[in-house]
Amino acid sequence: MAVKPLHEGYIGEVKDRVENYGGNYIVHIGWDHHMLYAAPQALVLSPDLPFAEFLHKVMPESFGAHPDFATIDWPSVQWKVDGTAFEPVPEKTLKELGVGHKSVIRFDTPGAMGIGNAGV
Amino acid sequence: MTTKKLNIKDKYRLLTRDLDWDFSYQDRKEAFPYEEFEGIKIVDWDKWEDPFRMTMDSYWKYQAEKEKKLYAIFDAFAQNNGHLNISDPRYVNVVKLFLTAVTPLEYQAYQGFAHVGRQFGGVGARVASQMQSIDELRHVQTQVHAMSHYNKFFDGLHSPAHMHDRVWYLSVPKSFFEDARAAGPFEFLVAVSFSFEYVLTSLLFVPFMSGAAYNGDMATVTFGFSAQSDEARHMTLGLEVIKFILEQHEDNVPIVQKWIDKWFWRGNRLLSIVSTMMDYMLPNKVMSWQEAWEVYFEEGGGALFKDLARYGIKPPKYSEQSKIEKQHISHQLWWTFYTHGFATAFQTWIPTDKEMDWLSEKYPETFDKYYRPRWEHARQLEEKGERFFFPGLPMLCQTCQIPAVFTEQDDPTMTTYRASDYKGEHYNFCSDGCKDIFDDEPEKFVQAWLPVHQIFQGNCGGPEVSDILADYYQFNVGADNADMKNSDDMKRWKQWKGVA
Repeated sequence: MAVKPLHEGYIGEVKDRVENYGGNYIVHIGWDHHMLYAAPQALVLSPDLPFAEFLHKVMPESFGAHPDFATIDWPSVQWKVDGTAFEPVPEKTLKELGVGHKSVIRFDTPGAMGIGNAGV
Repeated sequence: MTTKKLNIKDKYRLLTRDLDWDFSYQDRKEAFPYEEFEGIKIVDWDKWEDPFRMTMDSYWKYQAEKEKKLYAIFDAFAQNNGHLNISDPRYVNVVKLFLTAVTPLEYQAYQGFAHVGRQFGGVGARVASQMQSIDELRHVQTQVHAMSHYNKFFDGLHSPAHMHDRVWYLSVPKSFFEDARAAGPFEFLVAVSFSFEYVLTSLLFVPFMSGAAYNGDMATVTFGFSAQSDEARHMTLGLEVIKFILEQHEDNVPIVQKWIDKWFWRGNRLLSIVSTMMDYMLPNKVMSWQEAWEVYFEEGGGALFKDLARYGIKPPKYSEQSKIEKQHISHQLWWTFYTHGFATAFQTWIPTDKEMDWLSEKYPETFDKYYRPRWEHARQLEEKGERFFFPGLPMLCQTCQIPAVFTEQDDPTMTTYRASDYKGEHYNFCSDGCKDIFDDEPEKFVQAWLPVHQIFQGNCGGPEVSDILADYYQFNVGADNADMKNSDDMKRWKQWKGVA
């Protein structure tokens, strides 16, 4: 049973339906082992955003303040969407790469373990 | 004619049990429509042992005497400018957090107990709930009065009820209580009377009240003492509730166990706010969060769950996880508040060297390794005039609504990512505990009013963050949400104390 209701057939209002975001998705981005950012960041992005633009525009705004960011070796970065690894293709859109509404994109930068090597 | 004076026991019986009646021409189920849908089976309401035998006339008399003394102390505190005797102006931020996060919960408790105080079929449970409802309303009033003096001298205390309904981090306590109040009456009592009041309340009240005492806040200490006799009654009710339900029918055991698991985890998440208050916000520390958790949950709760084992009740699921998290959560939460300091209705700061040494001593396994480097980095940036803020909005847990700041049990540098899909929508969580709660009742939690998502939908004004803070949250921007060291609160304090 999806809820214990007082009356049969109770259905809750889904507050964050994709329709409420004017064609955009909420997309979360988290950098593994970089806890300078207390939590993954939540952004509103177009599902049709090409990955190249995501990489060159969105990522620097979100993570550029970190001293490790400038030295990231991008070809070695490991990407995941909702826990599943994917190969980024610059011209493919977020949607084509498997990103959905409220998805989590994670990236891991091998070798870079954050400020003071403390995962910060 | 001489009237015999009733003894207390007879008076209590006449004024409570004997006021009840049986239903002869109405269906009892229609009179108590909430009593059965949760699946709890009550065979005999007469087995309810009233945990406190107090009639309304003696209640009013006793409370009136107590409050007369309490208000005399509030008056003296105000007349003597008691706010000048606190340890450090940073302390007032604890009061701000309490007033916006906890006091409105007392109001929700009043509403919740008034509701269940109508819905139980047993008169003993109804009277106990009604009595507690009145206690909670008194607590709202006395807390507001205790803290109102600070509102004349410090920023951030002007709109607690408004902020409670709207501000991002206050959706955490608000949604906790709304979850309880939207449940059936038995779950409400297991959630609030047992799991919160009995098992976890010491972790809320002891830190706040001892914290007040250690930091010279006589108004809040006095409120705490005054509320203590009420809290003792509430705890007794919590224990009676759980024993009564478990003894009524064996089918109740798995239902109660599920609620204990759920509300332990929800309480544990809610109290992470208290952890950061103890370890970071109190200028004079009482004890560390880890020590408090060990004394009040692991020892106290351990004995309780041993006692409940005879009913087939096990310690809450994920209580083992809390033993690992107790070394981390206060640091993770204060880092979250500090890096979101532009959006908090209290001031934030970097701990001093002395405070960091205290944290190293209290958290030898974790502070120097994982958390000190963040503060040192933040301090370097502040010194360069590049104060670090979180660049956007954080991902929130669908269940507890806390930003996803918690980390894996075996790796404090990895965010805990958990997710579920339900009816084609994707949901994110901060922990296994919060995911379990969602998975059990998704139809309830899809309705969560998540502040970040609401901002993105345009339901909180904007479009700029500063507009949301000023117009929707009603912050006095630049004052309520300033860095402590540059705040107006700090400037005024220095003037009062005559220091440069």
